[in-house]
Amino acid sequence: MSFLSYFLSGLSLGSIYAIIALGYTMVYGIAKMLNFAHGDIIMVGAYMIFIFMNQLGINTFLAIILSGIFCTILGMVIEKVAYKPLRNATPLSVLITAIGVSYLLQNLALLIFGANTKAFTSVIALKPLSLFDGKLIISAESIITILICIIIMVILTLFINKTKNGQAMIAVSEDKSAATLMGINVNKTISITFAIGSFLAAIAGALLCSAYPSLTPTTGAMPGIKAFVAAVIGGIGSIPGAFIGGLVLGILENLSKAYISSQLSDAIVFSLLIIVLLVKPTGILGKNQNEKV
Amino acid sequence: MKKNLLVCACAMMTFALVACSNNATVKETSAVASESANVETTMEEVKSVYKFGGIGPTTGGAAVYGQAVKNGMEIAVNEVNAKGGINGSLVEMNFQDDEHDAEKSVNAYNSLKDWGMQVLVGTTTSAPCIAVAAESFNDNMFQITPSGSAVDCATNDNVFRVCFSDPDQGKASAQYISNNKLATNVGVIYDSSDVYSSGIRETFVQEAKSVGLNVVAEEKFTADSKTDFTTQLKKLQDANVELVFLPFYYNEAALVLKQADQMQFKPTFFSCDGMDGILTLENFDKALAEGVMLLTPFSADAKDSLTQNFVNEYKQKYGEVPNQFAADAYDAVYIVKKALEQSGAKASESHSVLCDALKNAMTQVTVDGLTGNQMKWAKNGEPNKEPKAVKIVNGEYQLQ
Repeated sequence: MSFLSYFLSGLSLGSIYAIIALGYTMVYGIAKMLNFAHGDIIMVGAYMIFIFMNQLGINTFLAIILSGIFCTILGMVIEKVAYKPLRNATPLSVLITAIGVSYLLQNLALLIFGANTKAFTSVIALKPLSLFDGKLIISAESIITILICIIIMVILTLFINKTKNGQAMIAVSEDKSAATLMGINVNKTISITFAIGSFLAAIAGALLCSAYPSLTPTTGAMPGIKAFVAAVIGGIGSIPGAFIGGLVLGILENLSKAYISSQLSDAIVFSLLIIVLLVKPTGILGKNQNEKV
Repeated sequence: MKKNLLVCACAMMTFALVACSNNATVKETSAVASESANVETTMEEVKSVYKFGGIGPTTGGAAVYGQAVKNGMEIAVNEVNAKGGINGSLVEMNFQDDEHDAEKSVNAYNSLKDWGMQVLVGTTTSAPCIAVAAESFNDNMFQITPSGSAVDCATNDNVFRVCFSDPDQGKASAQYISNNKLATNVGVIYDSSDVYSSGIRETFVQEAKSVGLNVVAEEKFTADSKTDFTTQLKKLQDANVELVFLPFYYNEAALVLKQADQMQFKPTFFSCDGMDGILTLENFDKALAEGVMLLTPFSADAKDSLTQNFVNEYKQKYGEVPNQFAADAYDAVYIVKKALEQSGAKASESHSVLCDALKNAMTQVTVDGLTGNQMKWAKNGEPNKEPKAVKIVNGEYQLQ
């Protein structure tokens, strides 16, 4: 029974990683850049919900939607201002810019919201589920997080395979210049990618802070890094890969905490990254791509 | 055009470098000069105040502590000055932020030294305190930390402390739990990457054995994974512990309490001074902290006039109930005052002379303060006083 409990809380943590990893992986697949500011958009999303819910008294559902819209706009603005001018620059300059944006967001949050930890009110006001005469207690947050993660995966897969914009995304990710020749607006497609990624970040922020209700300007940093690792393990650029990577990471982290050592869990998680990269450098679901010279 | 700019920038940088090195030499020569007797006489007229420096995190995750220390110190300094100062001289204070970061704390210490600090009341948190204590030892600067509880904070003979050291807190907690029969099967969760937390845990576990407590489960976490405690809590729950000892700060403790509540795990939670501040955490659901006990030398609802005056003054000035950190800092100022009076050292003396005088006087004084009656100090800087515990009832501390 304990195993099931550890497994489920790992699954819930993994679902959060998976939602965040989707943002990394989509942006990488399409714009070929690592958006390190993604983790901080989670933090901005969580602060927005905190403000809407606790200070303006807006109802929970609306607060999440508003925060999502805010993050969508923020993500698109960041893309326009910071990344678009560097579209043809070296990958290194884009990477450094992304790290710069990440620090900018953290420090802006520090300036605006202050450094004091804020206790986040859970957006899920449901009682924990008690099974087998109270032997197995699953928090409502865990269940909803897992469900939302699955829903997001389904919607995203449908969006990419069934809509014009989704097809455009695949085209751009495969070959940017060929896509341009086919009449696809690359800039618009990249913008849409950032918009979706940032909206997902806001939802991840809501779920993350509901499960672990402490909000500081660095809230998004560590989950952001873990989700990035998840994206790489799953195969960066692959959407199902991000999903699998996230879940594997979350479950492994919790089980190693439970059965090996609570202190070594991070070491074990990051060793997995190294092993995966050694055995299959493109990640579990990554495609082998031959660079053309 | 670009070239011109580059040349310009180069010139500016060189200038800045030269300016820096100039400054450094000036400082060095003035330091040498002030040691010679001639200069000292002229300095004496200027320096008629004691300069007390303070350091603590007024921003950052541990801001509650630094802010409290700053406020407590401010109240004490104002009171001392209103009553005519110490040995005929007034006290001037300067408080610097260190964001609970060792490097920033040393920077803060250096800027206070430039300001002319003679006595350091600080630093507030353990890890920065250890870094600063090394500096203050080199400079022979008297240091009294209100709340730096790690052993290494006060290993040098120039550092004294107001609060209990971590080992003493761990020991006192185990004794308190056993004496009051709160539980026999206890579990511990601690931050293995933090000196404060692992320091308390070590002596707690040692002392628990000798007072007949069974530590049935011990769980760790680290600074990089301090959000998810469900696994650790589940293990403690499975081990059927009656009491969980949480020797760490309130930010993480808030998460532990929330997750334990979600799991419907309801042991007694017992903590140390790091838990102090949980009730002031923004938007924290105080119901979660109901029944939590913590070892603290100060309780704002104590009825003695010293506490009541301090609490009223603090509420009036800062709009909240003071925590133990504020009380520690308040006491620290009065302890230095008493020691200065005992030694008779004048405000015009250099920090090094004051330090030697204070080191001597500290072992002779007995102080009645907010955080203990008849507090005495050994040569090693450790205080001798009785521990007290409070329980959170209806969102307030209740003295046990």
